[in-house]
Amino acid sequence: MAIAEKALSELTDISSQVRAAVLFDGGGKVLASTLPAERAEGFAVAAKLLWEQAEVVRTDENAKLTQLEAATADGSVFIVREAEQTLAAVTSPEPTAGLVFYDLRSALRSAGEKPKKRKAPAKKLTPKAKPSGSS
Amino acid sequence: MGRRSALAFGAAIGTLLGIGLYDRFFRRDQRIDLYFEDGSMVSIAGGSPEAAVVIPYAREALRAAR
Repeated sequence: MAIAEKALSELTDISSQVRAAVLFDGGGKVLASTLPAERAEGFAVAAKLLWEQAEVVRTDENAKLTQLEAATADGSVFIVREAEQTLAAVTSPEPTAGLVFYDLRSALRSAGEKPKKRKAPAKKLTPKAKPSGSS
Repeated sequence: MGRRSALAFGAAIGTLLGIGLYDRFFRRDQRIDLYFEDGSMVSIAGGSPEAAVVIPYAREALRAAR
């Protein structure tokens, strides 16, 4: 399983409030998702449009938008962005926003991690043999 | 006179009830919270014109993820 897919799988395992999540790049290309491919693409497109609209209506032009929550009676949409990657998730109504954002940030960082190289097993240190004839 | 007053009173109660129900079902649960890099946050209420632009996209995202 790819690292990004694993990160999203862990996200839905850890957070009972998150129903579905999708990770996509700046161009809207789906990198990983908890949804089937077709629905994941639709969700990514909708989340990207939501983010773009939120950037348009923001009141402070100088500060960069980093995350948002759009709450409705049917549920909430959370979006967090770091560098070129965006993670969007939907939750049940009235979620604990702080916890969801924390879990999404953690998942986004995990998804962006490079696979660790396996370390070579440590060599056993053998005690040096004492030179014979020494006193 | 009494009947007119009762009618006006009923209409006023009905209007208030309607506004309350509308707010309960269509506005109160809707909200957009925007978080910025500098740590600031802006909350846009569901009934505002800005939210009216953004909320349909949130609904679309929820529909797509369902």
